[in-house]
Amino acid sequence: MKIEEIGKFCSAEVLCGEEYLDGEVYSACCSDMMSDVLAFVKDQGVLITGLVNTQVIRTAAMMDMVCIVFVRNKIPTEEMIALAEECGIVVMRSALRAYEACGILYSRGLIGNKGDSVCTNP
Amino acid sequence: MHEPVTFHFDVDGENFSSAGEASVIIKKKLRQLGFSPDIIRRVSIAMYEGEINMVIHANGGAADVTVMDEYIEIVLSDKGPGIPDVELAMREGFSTARENIRALGFGAGMGLPNMKKYTDYMKIDTEVGVGTKITMRVNTTG
Ligand SMILES: Nc1ncnc2c1ncn2[C@@H]1O[C@H](COP(=O)(O)OP(=O)(O)OP(=O)(O)O)[C@@H](O)[C@H]1O
Ligand SMILES: [Mg+2]
Repeated sequence: MKIEEIGKFCSAEVLCGEEYLDGEVYSACCSDMMSDVLAFVKDQGVLITGLVNTQVIRTAAMMDMVCIVFVRNKIPTEEMIALAEECGIVVMRSALRAYEACGILYSRGLIGNKGDSVCTNP
Repeated sequence: MHEPVTFHFDVDGENFSSAGEASVIIKKKLRQLGFSPDIIRRVSIAMYEGEINMVIHANGGAADVTVMDEYIEIVLSDKGPGIPDVELAMREGFSTARENIRALGFGAGMGLPNMKKYTDYMKIDTEVGVGTKITMRVNTTG
């Protein structure tokens, strides 16, 4: 899925990183616990979260993630946006709840774990 | 033998928002030095977990990173409360973090096991009431 499509499917507003919208992503994870993201994420490129603080951006940066979707209309601060820009991460916000955003993206082919839980090429 | 490249950071214990700044800088520096994405990721995750720990459990401290020929060494030292039972602290899921820390997205008890997992060497020197020093190494050759 193109990062741009994540925005489209979740009716999300892109807050920074427009220049990376053409990038491809294959899997995502959803969590409000950054501890778990740091411990369990492997190659998921997208983080869907309802937690809003600078550590969300740093955690995503550490995990080499390329896109963060803030759900439930959470608004990240200027400082967070600046940090995401510096790290080359696309940030979006959506009015959807986490469950809905995940369901929509999953059904459109953005799986949870690349080549692990779902076979994309039967 | 190259000259080791060293970096020093003071990690502010008062400011949760700035926790992890040093790890972001190290990640950038290691990229400039041309290390592979896998090595960069392991170093930066281990360091970030350690930095967060110093902020939430030890009121800040210092981080020193040394790039040597064969490995990258990260030393995190603080003058916090120390860890009474290291074996227990190393267990997945063990955390003394309170609800206010969990609300910030941390305190699942995954940090120390994660640091061990991502590094090739890890040593914890700690004394209750004195502080904690964690030394980690990630091998950069073969
Ligand atoms: N620098 C430190 N000083 C004092 N105690 C520490 C320090 N680092 C870790 N600890 C203790 O060890 C426990 C386990 O640490 P660990 O990083 O594994 O989990 P956590 O920080 O509680 O949660 P998480 O890392 O998942 O956010 C902590 O809850 C704390 O009691
Ligand atoms: Mg921790």
